[in-house]
Amino acid sequence: MAEKKVTKDDLFWVFVRSNFLLGSFNFERMQAIGFCVSMIPILKRVYEGDELKKALRRHLEFFNTQPFVAAAIMGIIGAMEEKKANGADISEATLSGVKVGLIGPLAGVGDPIFWGTIRPVLAALGAGVALTGSLIGPMIFFIGFNAIRLATHWYGVQYGYSQGTALVENIGGNQMHFLTEGASVLGLLVMGALVAKWTTVNMPLVISEYDNSAGEHVVTTLQSILDSLMPSIVPLLMTFACMYLLKKGVNALTIIVGLFIIGIAGYAIGLMA
Amino acid sequence: MTLVLLFIVAMITGFASVVDEAQFHRPVIACTMTGAVLGDMTTGIILGGTLEMMALGWMNVGAAMAPDAALASVVSTILVIVGHQSIGAGIALAVPLAAAGQVLTIFVRTITVFFQHLADKYAEDGNCRGIEMCHIAGLLLQGLRVALPSVAIYMVAGTDTVNNALNSIPEVITRGLQVAGGFIVVVGYAMVINLMDASKLMVYFFLGFLLAVFTDINLIGFGAIGAICAYFHIQTMQQNINIEEAAKTGGGGGAVEGDDIDDSDLM
Repeated sequence: MAEKKVTKDDLFWVFVRSNFLLGSFNFERMQAIGFCVSMIPILKRVYEGDELKKALRRHLEFFNTQPFVAAAIMGIIGAMEEKKANGADISEATLSGVKVGLIGPLAGVGDPIFWGTIRPVLAALGAGVALTGSLIGPMIFFIGFNAIRLATHWYGVQYGYSQGTALVENIGGNQMHFLTEGASVLGLLVMGALVAKWTTVNMPLVISEYDNSAGEHVVTTLQSILDSLMPSIVPLLMTFACMYLLKKGVNALTIIVGLFIIGIAGYAIGLMA
Repeated sequence: MTLVLLFIVAMITGFASVVDEAQFHRPVIACTMTGAVLGDMTTGIILGGTLEMMALGWMNVGAAMAPDAALASVVSTILVIVGHQSIGAGIALAVPLAAAGQVLTIFVRTITVFFQHLADKYAEDGNCRGIEMCHIAGLLLQGLRVALPSVAIYMVAGTDTVNNALNSIPEVITRGLQVAGGFIVVVGYAMVINLMDASKLMVYFFLGFLLAVFTDINLIGFGAIGAICAYFHIQTMQQNINIEEAAKTGGGGGAVEGDDIDDSDLM
């Protein structure tokens, strides 16, 4: 019997399909159909008949992780399925174990890097330019983010497949920890800057008004006092309040509605403008 | 013609909202596309940029779902351009729309459970095509849940009833919403910061804040400073690990106090 081998084409189609992993997300098994559909090019290559049916079934089991890093899992599982089809002693339980075992650590790396750092930073950069009405703003975000995303998918599938299970041991290691913390440092620094730069709170409430000895009219507002202490202190405190409420499990939309009410009430009583 | 293009754009944002890959559903892209279709791309871009700031922290993490940026972006752009509302009003309207969109996507994600079981059946028969169809059906439903409401609102947006209703909002509300629009973004920032939940790294957040308050560095500069900080931070981590290993293997009688590098707070 000739050895069954996954081709370059198969890996290419896994890469293409991996871009739609979440398409049929459902509350029961989440990304399960998407994962199975992404694996089909490989499964069809190495299995047929009852073996194919079994393989399809086992990849319709629960799956849910950060969608970009999922490509690496597809590569690893692809390599394992190929070995299994060629007679290696890999049980279904091992395959499920590797799959489920990788969900947590990879999401733990992927979520802070992609959702926590790269997207907000690029989106903020793009949105900042977009406020001027320039098409360059959306383009910065779209091209920048998709270049990184597609590279992650592509190398994830390729690297995952070529490394196979060897990669499983690496993921728990220091390298991933370094990457995650490094991304968090960058992300937090930019977030700190955004809190100060891209928020507007103006409190024109007049505290005192007098004519000084030179005959100039001096108006002291709440905002001018705050600015002399620490500019942007109000948005900073608001950020901390939101972090606290979110940690308490308050829905983000509820907080947004609450802030709108503060805005309306603040304007109505003349505290804010 | 506009109607057909709008339908297509709304479908794409609906696909993107669930797939979360190419980011067509993010306001800065979705509003731009909707604006282009409705003949006023510049307004779309500006609204998109403003909404994007607010939605910065809206993300799908684990099983949690973000407020729906797709429906919020497309419909608020329609209301601003076709319904002649201000950008500020568009942003205020986006919030209830994001909540409505979230309800719709929850609905679709529940219906899709049915396709999951259908896929199981196809797997029994070894029918790959069938499983692929289940996948595509789920995706199409997600597109439609944005496209149908968008088209419906487009058809009534220009009418007097809608405009009168929107224009009858008192000034204190519209101005107040504008005021809130200045700081509503803090919710997004807070979500992002919480995701990176690492209190020992908050010093970098304060560094960014102080630099922004007292200097004129732009965001690209902050990115570069952040990268340098990350580099030094990783170096320090590596050194700490080396010291710890030296302490373990060297057995120098506890001469080197092992630095506390507790990994337990990593996510």
